[in-house]
Amino acid sequence: MNLSRKQVVGAFLSILTIALSLLMFFPIFWMALTSFKVEIEAISFPPSLFFAPTLENWQDTVFSANSPFARYLRNTVFITFFSILLALIFALPTAYQMAFYPTKRTEGSMLWIMSTRMLPPAGVIVPVFIIFRDLNLIDTHFGLILLYAGMNFPLIVWMMRSFMLELPFDIIEAARLDGANLWQEFTKVIFPLLIPGLAATSLLALIFTWNEFFFAVNLTATEASPLSIYVSTFKAAQGGLFIAKMSAASTAAIIPVLIAGWVAQKQLVTGLTMGAVK
Amino acid sequence: MASGSMSSSSTGKPGKREWRKFLSSPGLIFLIIVTQVPFVVAIYFSFNGWNLTRPASRGFLGWDRMWRNYSRILQNQDFYTVIWNTVVLTGSVVIITFILGLMLAMLLNRPFPGRSLARTLLISPFLVMPVAAAVLWKNVLLDPTFGFSTLLQRSLGLPVNYLFESAPMATVIAVVAWQWTPFVMLILLAGLQSLPDSTLEAASIDGASGFSLFRFIVLPHLKRFIEIALLLETIFVLNVFGIIDIATAGGPGLATTNLPYQIFLEYTKRFNIGRASAYGIFAIILANIVVVFLLRIISKQQEEVAT
Repeated sequence: MNLSRKQVVGAFLSILTIALSLLMFFPIFWMALTSFKVEIEAISFPPSLFFAPTLENWQDTVFSANSPFARYLRNTVFITFFSILLALIFALPTAYQMAFYPTKRTEGSMLWIMSTRMLPPAGVIVPVFIIFRDLNLIDTHFGLILLYAGMNFPLIVWMMRSFMLELPFDIIEAARLDGANLWQEFTKVIFPLLIPGLAATSLLALIFTWNEFFFAVNLTATEASPLSIYVSTFKAAQGGLFIAKMSAASTAAIIPVLIAGWVAQKQLVTGLTMGAVK
Repeated sequence: MASGSMSSSSTGKPGKREWRKFLSSPGLIFLIIVTQVPFVVAIYFSFNGWNLTRPASRGFLGWDRMWRNYSRILQNQDFYTVIWNTVVLTGSVVIITFILGLMLAMLLNRPFPGRSLARTLLISPFLVMPVAAAVLWKNVLLDPTFGFSTLLQRSLGLPVNYLFESAPMATVIAVVAWQWTPFVMLILLAGLQSLPDSTLEAASIDGASGFSLFRFIVLPHLKRFIEIALLLETIFVLNVFGIIDIATAGGPGLATTNLPYQIFLEYTKRFNIGRASAYGIFAIILANIVVVFLLRIISKQQEEVAT
């Protein structure tokens, strides 16, 4: 069998790519693997690849009735869902106006909206903390929902406006000529066409909101703390305490976003490149 | 844009739909309340002498002493260390992720069996909660007694040490770069895939070599994608907080304290609202300088393209 030089190089590059992808993924794989070890196995040296798996850590930290995991998970799901919903309620009409009824100020407003996304959270954390304290919003779901909605708003306006500008305009025009009012036009014509765009937008918002830590650690104590806070409590596990349990809790905390990202890779790419193609 | 302006003219009865121009108002008001109010309050607090341990100290410093927080910060050597750390961390991550992300995007931009699996594995670090990444690298992978760093150091005959202490900044940079490489890779991959094959074929028929294809066809086409990836990444990496809070607590000493972490310490450990707010203003100024600088590069190149 004669292989051309090109084929050899091609095979080498393919193997290199696979090897690099395994290397990049390895830390995550190792975390998931460690979650099935008994504690003593988790800190054995050299690190062990083969062992008798146990579900004990998952039972203790994730599924146990005594574990706080369920409460943190509930907080994260609740806060993520309602912050994205709130952001959408404000952002969709804004995007609609900017796409279909632009004024002289629209371009300027768009730039200003994007500039608020560049505001560093650390730059405003002190006033936010004091305002929250004065308004009794510390450690409440509502407080975080409000902030995260503000954080997601620019992203959603930016992306949804781009998607709206790509809609086939004659369909919307036809609906208007048929006498559809704004609500009918939006719910019956625009919204169904926007669903792929909404999926891409919501996925990006989900990743940022689910994983957020800075506002959460500064503004929650116990009641409203999301999963990122629960995972952070394991920073004290250094030196070998609860390594397997820490791995189970961390793996459980990242699985929803990991799977959402895997399933919706195409939408993720669309979302991330929205700015590049516009 | 074209379709948008068409709508108001071609649908007739413009007056009837005039009110739709105000559909953005609730959103804009919401955004002003959530983002601009804290910004204005931050400016006000930065002229306060307020320390939470002394409640009576709340209030304006007075016209003669109003710049006290700023001057104290600027007179303190720590400030320059913290700014330098922020710039080094952000700059290094952006450069490393650009090189690795471009390399991986090019490797993925050719058909081979297992390609979609490789892509799935490669994007994963970006999806991992930064706090989970931090506890994982700190307590498992880099542990000085049972971690993989120890395995590697021993097998290479190097002295075994805890990397977050022996090379703190480099290690933080490595972990953040691990998380952000997939982000750059995904955007550049989309850029590569939007390059028509016919362009490349035409160029190689004209006798262009692999390198000049890359240099004169691929890179210029990618420019827009590179810019957007690095701009967005910079904005996020300037704000890195979780890994520092969890893995190093800004240390040893000030070695890994960046601007967000310094602000966090200033008000949660030293309870100094006034000075923490002034630090926050510096963070906003730094972010603006960086973004304006990057946007200027982008628009300059666009002008060159246009002319």
